[in-house]
Amino acid sequence: MPAADLVANVVVSGILTGLVYGLMALGLSVIFGVVRVVNFAHGEMMTIAMYMATVLFAALKLDPFLAMLPVAAAFFVFGYALQAGLINPFITRPEHSQFMLLVAVAIILVNAMLMVFGPDARNVQVDYQLESFELGPLLVDKARLFAAIAAVVAAAAFFAFFRYTLTGKAIRACADNYLGARIVGLNVKHLYALTFGLGAVCVAIAGCAMVLLVDVTPPLGPSYTLLAFVIVIVGGLGSMGGALLGGVLIGVSEALAGLFITPSAKSMFSFGLLILVLLLRPQGLLGKRA
Amino acid sequence: MKRRQFNKALAVAGALAAVNPFAIVRAQAQKLKVGVILPRSGYLGFIGQSCQKGADLAPGVIKELLGVELELMNADFESNVDTARTRAERLIQEGAHVLVGPFDSGAASAIAQVAEQRGIPFVINIAAAPQITEQGYKFVFRNFQTAGDIVRNGLDLIGELFQATSTVPRTAVFMHVNDTFGQAMAKGINAVLPRRTQLPFKIVDQIGYDPAAKDLSVEVSKAKATNADFLLLVCRLNDAIILRREMVKQRWQPMGIVSPGSPGMYEEQYFKTLGKLSEYSISNVPWYNPKSNMTKRVEAAFKKANPKDNLVFHGLNVGFTFEAILIAADAFKRAKSTDPKALAEAIRQTNITEKMSLGGPIKFNDKGQVEGIGSACVQNLNLLPTVVLPQEAATAKPVFPVPGYKKT
Repeated sequence: MPAADLVANVVVSGILTGLVYGLMALGLSVIFGVVRVVNFAHGEMMTIAMYMATVLFAALKLDPFLAMLPVAAAFFVFGYALQAGLINPFITRPEHSQFMLLVAVAIILVNAMLMVFGPDARNVQVDYQLESFELGPLLVDKARLFAAIAAVVAAAAFFAFFRYTLTGKAIRACADNYLGARIVGLNVKHLYALTFGLGAVCVAIAGCAMVLLVDVTPPLGPSYTLLAFVIVIVGGLGSMGGALLGGVLIGVSEALAGLFITPSAKSMFSFGLLILVLLLRPQGLLGKRA
Repeated sequence: MKRRQFNKALAVAGALAAVNPFAIVRAQAQKLKVGVILPRSGYLGFIGQSCQKGADLAPGVIKELLGVELELMNADFESNVDTARTRAERLIQEGAHVLVGPFDSGAASAIAQVAEQRGIPFVINIAAAPQITEQGYKFVFRNFQTAGDIVRNGLDLIGELFQATSTVPRTAVFMHVNDTFGQAMAKGINAVLPRRTQLPFKIVDQIGYDPAAKDLSVEVSKAKATNADFLLLVCRLNDAIILRREMVKQRWQPMGIVSPGSPGMYEEQYFKTLGKLSEYSISNVPWYNPKSNMTKRVEAAFKKANPKDNLVFHGLNVGFTFEAILIAADAFKRAKSTDPKALAEAIRQTNITEKMSLGGPIKFNDKGQVEGIGSACVQNLNLLPTVVLPQEAATAKPVFPVPGYKKT
């Protein structure tokens, strides 16, 4: 039986990583919740954000936490343009058309990254990257803690935006009743593009935080897309709180599976959790029944 | 000419062509098309690119050495076993006379099946899973140690290391990648270690992990909790980097990190990425003889092609990839033909004494396996992989335990 401090360390590490996963999945959940399109290029977009953080660090020595601002701004524009120019015409088309469109976008992004950055792994080397805080028996990785704090702050800002601003309320109105929103005169296509832009901002912030924890390579994207899916399905597709909760659950369950069973079984465990949720609560832990 | 006369003339012409000595001269004049399959992208990308440097310099050096013309047909299998299989098929369709590669046991097994089915010789540069040459294949040859040999040599060198540094570690935690190579190594270590009574340590925990893992924090926490004296590690490159960083984050400093025979810690990228954190890591691996004439030839060609690189960071990858192509070229020269059966038979008769790697001559046994390839204990010292054992090949003394080690 592992010692209590070992379990505590592993759980804390799982929670911190899970929060960053949660922010990434939050973007997917927001986009689906409003636009009703599943972004199959989600992980690839995060990989691009990670590359942008490495480029800014290499060129300007910009800390990834500072890089979040320009990267998020660029991603907002990219997300807005993608939705307005490419995805909006597909909104009323069958789901398989939307699926193929976004899979095509994902493949193009991966290959574009291979062409621009090559296959080599890249990372950033900030001063605090190998440091950790000692809190009694707990050893908390600094970079992981900062990344998790950034994820929580960003998620809180999104919650506030959607709850308290007029634009946020308008977006929620579109999500609740597409036809009603159009009847009351909301510019639905603009709001959809705005939502996709905001989802892309989530991904950008998560990517900048994640680059402190893992090295980036172009093939990383599909595994993150899959992970984001698992998280939002566990948490509840379309639920913002569910995405964060799903992220933390996946992070902690993977960590504990690695500790108590075998590290190689980490992914197996998160998929096991997914099946369990699909069987017992198909709408996800915080999702609403259709 | 009547049909019957034409047929007779055709038969005579065919018979003449079959026995005509000039046909052999034609075959000699041909180029040998060598299909080189390596993982130049994906998680094995750095090592694949390093191996590729050995392949790239081979045609020039071999032309000078044997007068044989080679044409390389390069393929990247993207660190994916299924892709390795399809790349091998494609290279054969495109006319490769012989396949070389692939620095990965899983991929080697897949390519071996294709090569055997299609009857095309396949010379493995680096891949250690023993079963590859245990299948009775007629077209598969390996100039690299099997996992069993690597383990035996690696563990013997660990014994020599402890002796040379007068240390007696009692416990080790064994971490290994969970792929074909890692599992073969783990099996070998678990079988051989109990019989090595001169080794004073026992393994207190065995932790397998995904070679493509992005985060090894749980694995390192688990290893640290064993409080073992040293870390016995079978790794690849990317995971070795992640693991070393995680050890620093978790403030875990055992007596040392010792690989009983795996890539990763002597690779250039390990040094580039980790800087001083790469110091003192030890790899007991098949290595090259820096004093051999062949090494000097290859080193000159390597410097010319890669002026900013140092062969010492690529020695194993370049050396064994170059030698695999050399074996094919040497066989082609003797067979005087690109016929796959003749090439395979000539490879089986190989006896190359002038070579880069440590150990005896390159000679294949009945299974297509070269025996007697030597290993060295290579420690990272002053940011260079340095041979510290065996003593006759050593250029520095081993450092073990690492400076600053404190038993917790």
